[in-house]
Amino acid sequence: MLEQPLPYSTKLPVALPSRQVRVWRERIIAGILFLAAISSVVTTLVIIYILFAETVIFFEKVMEIHQESLFEALVEFFTSTDWSPLIEPISIGILPLLSGTFTTCFVASCVAIPLGTIAAIYLSEFAPAKARELLKPILEILAGIPTVVYGYFALLVVTPFLQKIILGVQQFFSPGKEPWEYYELPGFNMLGAGIVVGLMVLPYVTSLTEDALQAVPVQLREGSYAMGATRLQTAIKVLMPAAASGIVAAYILGLSRAIGETMIVSVAAGLQPKFTFNPLEGASTTTAFIVSVSLGDLPHGSLEYQSIFAAGIMLFFATLILNVAGYFFSRRYREVY
Amino acid sequence: MVKPTDSVVATENEPLKKMAQVRNLNFYYSGKLALKNINLPVYEKKVTALIGPSGCGKTTLLRSFNRMHDLYPGNRYEGEIWLGDENPRNLLQMDPIEVRMQIGMVFQKPNPFPKSIYENIAYGLRVRGINNRAILDEVVERSLRSAALWDEVKDRLKEPGTALSGGQQQRLCIARALATDPAIILFDEPTSALDPIATVSIENLIVELKDQVTILIVTHNMQQAIRISQFTAFMYLGEIVEYNDTMSIFTKPVEQKTADYVSGRFG
Repeated sequence: MLEQPLPYSTKLPVALPSRQVRVWRERIIAGILFLAAISSVVTTLVIIYILFAETVIFFEKVMEIHQESLFEALVEFFTSTDWSPLIEPISIGILPLLSGTFTTCFVASCVAIPLGTIAAIYLSEFAPAKARELLKPILEILAGIPTVVYGYFALLVVTPFLQKIILGVQQFFSPGKEPWEYYELPGFNMLGAGIVVGLMVLPYVTSLTEDALQAVPVQLREGSYAMGATRLQTAIKVLMPAAASGIVAAYILGLSRAIGETMIVSVAAGLQPKFTFNPLEGASTTTAFIVSVSLGDLPHGSLEYQSIFAAGIMLFFATLILNVAGYFFSRRYREVY
Repeated sequence: MVKPTDSVVATENEPLKKMAQVRNLNFYYSGKLALKNINLPVYEKKVTALIGPSGCGKTTLLRSFNRMHDLYPGNRYEGEIWLGDENPRNLLQMDPIEVRMQIGMVFQKPNPFPKSIYENIAYGLRVRGINNRAILDEVVERSLRSAALWDEVKDRLKEPGTALSGGQQQRLCIARALATDPAIILFDEPTSALDPIATVSIENLIVELKDQVTILIVTHNMQQAIRISQFTAFMYLGEIVEYNDTMSIFTKPVEQKTADYVSGRFG
């Protein structure tokens, strides 16, 4: 134990810069750090501003073309089931794009949520340390594959596979018809694209769900085992409820990625806006529409050009709401313990 | 090692029955010897306290009884822990889940599950596949009464267990352990995270519970061991230095180490 505080060493050669220099140097460093920190905030604000400004111009143009009020334009935007801002007669109902986005996301959730949850429970509670060390990096590789590769995987592997399954099921239940008499899944369809989007977000859902399970305090885990529970009982009856808000956050963040996903649906789900919730059909999602329109030569200021921003702002709100919800849930589960 | 004196037996006018007996137990944490040649009887419907300085292995010994060490890789037992008096079984040879169904545990920090008060108590029965509402209702009430918690929570059984105060949560955990009618309940410093008033209520509860269940308790607090236990084992560096009835350990210890510890000279 120390009897008295250590005296300051007088032997070390200390060359302190003058106080003035030190203060200014600290200020400059703080300024540089602040600029770095603020850059993403400024970028976000600028993007939001441009989205809003261009969307306002979009509605002004629509009001001019249709000779209607802003209210009527907005009603058309949210209720019309026809989206054709490029071709006469011009119609600007956003619903077909939203239905495409919703349908692919629904299919993606049906894949990613059950698989991701099961995989996370396995990794967190069942996998021996060695298996986890092997599986986690592979999951991360899955998250690193360029999405355009996923898109072609959906178009060239998953869809033909689904076509064969659907044909096989029909032949099983009503055999003996000519091959062309059976229903054939279109080459561009939301089912195949949605499944692959689900596989793409699977690593995020798995990883975040596993984090939520791992964050459950060890006392709860041991308390359950001490009652004679098995691993599965502990995982389902104690850990999942304890980590519920974190798990919900994982689902929501996965979903928001699925909504924003562009390349897979552009390549595999079709580019024709169509108001349908049938995953067997092809339809353009909001993101796919933006990509397909911006690929052409768009005159700046045309209605086509402005329509991108109107679609973009819908996308922005959808992912914003989901991200905020995910943030809220993940914060809540951290506060529980 | 010192045999328990007969005085305890004589004063209570009933023969002592063994609920468990540890024989030549060694325990290794990934190859490192943590318990050395432990021999310890645990008498039925008595409170046996494990005392000793930090790191002496008392919690390690306690957690061997319900095979908690099996949850983590690299742990190894040698020796035997016999459970039961007439047809004893070596619980180190049994399936850990079967062991934990017969030996309950109360932890240092109250750890109610994120469920209602009712479901917290029903948990042990539910994992055994008992879902009959009438049975559950009866067990929940009986366990909460035994844990002196019924009057406080009977009107809010649907509320989350985590909404209770610290002392209530710990009594909830005791009720949860009682619900499955275990042979032994292990207490791992059950009052160290509680305030003095909650501590008194838990201690009183343990004194009452010893009439229905065998208790093995780890405690840092020597006064607590004196207040609630009938037998005490003093552990040091992974060994049991001395085991005897509690009064003898604290008033006339045989070993010098024990004398030093109980008089507060180290620890």
